[in-house]
Amino acid sequence: MAGLEDLYREIILDHYRSPRNRGELPVPPAHKVEGFNPLCGDEVVLFLDVDPETDTVRDVKIAGQGCSISQASTSMMSAAVKGKPLSEVRQLIRAFKALMSIHESKLEGDGGDGSDLAAELAGVRLGDLEALQGVVKFPVRIKCATLAWNTLQQALDETAQTQA
Amino acid sequence: MSALDVATIKRDFPIFEREVNGKRLVYLDSASSAQKPLAVLDAMDDAYRNHYANIHRGVYTIAEEATAAFEDARRKVARFVNAPRTDEIVFTRNATESINLVAYSWARANLNAGDAIVLSHMEHHANVVPWQILAAERGVELRWIPMTADFRLDLTNLEQLLDGARLLAISAMSNVLGTINDIRPLADAAHAHGALVLVDACQYVPHVATDVQQWDADFIAFSSHKILGPTGIGALWARKDLLEAMPPFLGGGEMIRDVRLDGFTTNDVPWKFEAGTPAIVEAVGFGAAIDYISALGMDAVRAHELLVTRYALDSLRDRFGDSLTIYGPSNVDGRGGAVSFLFDGIHAHDISQVLDEDAVCVRAGHHCAKPLMRQLGVPATTRASFYVYNDEADVDALIEALAKAQKFFAV
Ligand SMILES: Cc1ncc(COP(=O)(O)O)c(C=O)c1O
Repeated sequence: MAGLEDLYREIILDHYRSPRNRGELPVPPAHKVEGFNPLCGDEVVLFLDVDPETDTVRDVKIAGQGCSISQASTSMMSAAVKGKPLSEVRQLIRAFKALMSIHESKLEGDGGDGSDLAAELAGVRLGDLEALQGVVKFPVRIKCATLAWNTLQQALDETAQTQA
Repeated sequence: MSALDVATIKRDFPIFEREVNGKRLVYLDSASSAQKPLAVLDAMDDAYRNHYANIHRGVYTIAEEATAAFEDARRKVARFVNAPRTDEIVFTRNATESINLVAYSWARANLNAGDAIVLSHMEHHANVVPWQILAAERGVELRWIPMTADFRLDLTNLEQLLDGARLLAISAMSNVLGTINDIRPLADAAHAHGALVLVDACQYVPHVATDVQQWDADFIAFSSHKILGPTGIGALWARKDLLEAMPPFLGGGEMIRDVRLDGFTTNDVPWKFEAGTPAIVEAVGFGAAIDYISALGMDAVRAHELLVTRYALDSLRDRFGDSLTIYGPSNVDGRGGAVSFLFDGIHAHDISQVLDEDAVCVRAGHHCAKPLMRQLGVPATTRASFYVYNDEADVDALIEALAKAQKFFAV
């Protein structure tokens, strides 16, 4: 039986109580995306400002509300992607989903056997985000942890579209 | 002294023999679905083991037994809500399907652009979305009865809202707030404007003696699984003249009298609305659940729940004061045993996660009432709800577990 301390690690509670990068950014140049968890009403509002010259995340701000897991995951995500090149951000998303036991290749049936992914992700450093690993033992909470990351994915996709 | 002997009642429910996380199970989520007494499980087991066959068409002994048991369950359900006639009970899958049946059959045959339906801000999605689908399809107007500061219906503009309305569809008891709405005066007002009255009685029927004639309702919807019965079956009660005039909802076997290549004629009510093989054994279980709770006595059930609810409201206020907000009427009279609350700075999901450590089962979220949550200005609440097997010790366990959660998330 997984205990509460597996889920609510100190670093998670810290991000929940003192969320990083709260606020808003002017749109444009930033891109604004809202993510909802329809089951519980959690909401993430993500402002993502990508520098088109260097393809890096110039700034990121977060609004919205939700449970400790979704808020902490959002806060950690914002800290992890700020200043990063988009290629690294995409890798981070994949690595985080793998941490949550979500394997895109299996889910989306694109025929990947996962070994390429494992190789690709071997070098990705998750840092504080590793603290969210305990969420896997609480299946209903995985959606709380991934909300921010799905929203980030959507923001990247939409940014790519507007630039294309 | 409680009107119910909870220690004895708990022993009737096998689930309370198990533990969760090494702790006694404290089940406070009956507003979502109730636990099942052995009487229900045994009745269903016996039906499958000894009397099972498809109903209505067989001429052999066990088919006749199955048919008799199914129709006997209908009689019990009818009596339980004081329906004037047994054939006014239509078996459905649940309250949601009962409301949809009215929306698809009665409303589509009778309502057109310009007609209005009156709902309230405290409705469950089951009594919102079917009407929104209809509104989008037909241009029917939806009007909303608002709420007072004490979480009751604000009837200030009722007459205007009902002016030109064809239907009042209203909950008898809110699954979030616990608020009990006094149906009779609402029905009188609606009828005076020529509107029919549909009562979402899903939360009310399990907890308070229900009398469709005293309400003077036209339709009521409820589910078996909230009344200690099985899932997969519910009921629509409707006045017989309405059922007879309504077109069928689903087509297929059982609902027809005759079928030719060029058309069909419908069966009598209520079978006209029961296409296909129904939930036969679930109906038997539904009947057994009604027998069980009727033996306790609905007046005793209500008295007991008032006692536990009052104790819960007092305990929550005493222990947590201003750090906890209760969303529901402050006075237990005119309210049921669903208690929704919010802790300062702690999300409902985190509360229920911590409570689960102590085997205290509560619901966290929007409780399928998002329009209401928007009115309340909160994304989610924690809800504890009480039934015949809950007592003060369960409330105490809730309070202790909440205190633990408060400490855990202390800012
Ligand atoms: C007030 C109310 N109406 C309708 C429903 C829908 O019931 P069911 O899911 O059994 O159809 C519920 C269930 O939570 C309810 O509380």
